[in-house]
Amino acid sequence: MKLKINLEKKLGRFFLQVDENISGDKIGVFGDSGCGKSTLVNCIAGLLTPDKGEIWLDEQCLFSSKTGINISPELRSISIVFQRPMLFPHLSVQSNLFYGYNRCRVENRRIMPDILIDLLKLQPLLKRGVENLSGGEKQRVALGRAILASPRLLLMDEPLSALDNTLRFQIIPYLSSVSEEFHIPYMFISHSLTEMQLMTKQVLVLNNGQIEEQDTPEGLARNRMAKSQNGYRNLLRLSNPVHQNGLFLYRWGSNNLLISDGELNKEALFELSSRDIILFKNHPDAISARNLLSCTVIELFRSGDRIGVVLSVTGEKLVAEIVRSAAEELQIITGSTTFIAIKASSFRRLS
Amino acid sequence: MQLTPEDITAIWLSLKIALTATALALPFGFAIAWLIVFKTFRAKIVLEVLINLPLTLPPVVIGYFLLLLLGKNGWFGQLLNASGLPIIFTWKAAVIASATVGFPLLVRSIRLGMEAIDLQLIAASRSLGASWSDSLFTIILPLSLKGIIAGSSLMFARSLGEFGATIIVAGNIPGVTQTIPLAIYDYASSPSSGKMALSLCMVSVVISVVVLLIYEVLGKQLDRRNLQ
Repeated sequence: MKLKINLEKKLGRFFLQVDENISGDKIGVFGDSGCGKSTLVNCIAGLLTPDKGEIWLDEQCLFSSKTGINISPELRSISIVFQRPMLFPHLSVQSNLFYGYNRCRVENRRIMPDILIDLLKLQPLLKRGVENLSGGEKQRVALGRAILASPRLLLMDEPLSALDNTLRFQIIPYLSSVSEEFHIPYMFISHSLTEMQLMTKQVLVLNNGQIEEQDTPEGLARNRMAKSQNGYRNLLRLSNPVHQNGLFLYRWGSNNLLISDGELNKEALFELSSRDIILFKNHPDAISARNLLSCTVIELFRSGDRIGVVLSVTGEKLVAEIVRSAAEELQIITGSTTFIAIKASSFRRLS
Repeated sequence: MQLTPEDITAIWLSLKIALTATALALPFGFAIAWLIVFKTFRAKIVLEVLINLPLTLPPVVIGYFLLLLLGKNGWFGQLLNASGLPIIFTWKAAVIASATVGFPLLVRSIRLGMEAIDLQLIAASRSLGASWSDSLFTIILPLSLKGIIAGSSLMFARSLGEFGATIIVAGNIPGVTQTIPLAIYDYASSPSSGKMALSLCMVSVVISVVVLLIYEVLGKQLDRRNLQ
């Protein structure tokens, strides 16, 4: 998907000015609330008219103030998943799901409803009204409804921020698997770096109505390591643990990890802050932390006054964070071997 | 309780006039409410004042203006006379009087219903491929149904009670334009017909109660449908 945006939009005292060429299928737009993310989304979808400029999607001009082109939203085939599910309250789940599908021309329909309903596990909900679904169910219906319209581009405007933490990370696999399965490029808008890491391949950082930088989510996370409250967040997807002395023993590549929080027979997503990893130059005899691993330094990067150490733990990657003096004392350079200690309670379970 | 044949005619006429006035006003009321809620234009405030004017003006004044407009010498009246469709002093005049007086109540209720609709629902429907008219009929109309029902019942009830404007443009002709309030007025002015007046008053009460009941039941059904 190629998106060319060059627009200006003034809304009260807020001014959005974007001039950017974006290509890719998993685009993130990252920024704090009030930075103009939703305004940008609405301009792309045709729900707001920019004051000036052009918007091109692939080879089609959606808006141009010069030539007077302004394709109305229903003809853009751009679906939106909003922050709140925005299901039509007077329609059943089924009618909500098929609202866009029924309005899509037969030759443009690319999605098999049955496959989608299966994928999103919506079968048991179909006949119900939308008012008494749970928050997660509602958002799944909203996602299904957007996908069934066979859009060329899916805009997700903070689709997870109205959900609680557990639910949020349960929905993420649906979001990414559905768009992958049906080859629908998306633009994912969020203020959460973790969501960016999980959902996108490339990120536009929007600040105060302007695109500040374009980066990979990895690059962004590294740059923000020193400033961020939790440093760099390592994300580990682990499954099928066994009980061991009151802890959960997970396999992580060819390593074992002891984690205090877990659930048997289930896959779980864990977050591990770069600040919770302690580095040792030599093997310590005995420590209280339950995980002691040997690893190789594969890369060093700077973020503010901190140094990020990218470690390879028999093939698996982790980022640890140390201050510069520690790096000098431990003589950490690329290729050196070191030991890391992680407490079992440092892993934060996200889902 | 006793009702003369004229009373029965008055009751039917009242119902007919109120129903016709409400049915005629409904599409306009919906359109005007939609304009006020969803569109921005310069003369909006003028439109709002104009729509609400009958609510504050004495009905007699409205009747008088309608008489000027529709009467023999009024420009609209001349047009109607020329086409052989005199309106003044017929039940149609009573319909127009009722529609004018009840219109602001109708618009007000529909508007309240429309204002409660989340704009993002409309945005969602548009981005899913619905044109504005499609969105109007599949999202806005069903979601303002409660307001429409409330407005219609209010307007219907107001039309049943319409007196001041009606007596001026339609007169008080028994069997032709005499509605329940006009008949009660006649009875009340003659000292011997107190009982007759009371009978018609009871009929009025019954009709009003039925209208309110229908409104409540329909509203409840709508709520239940949404909570399946």
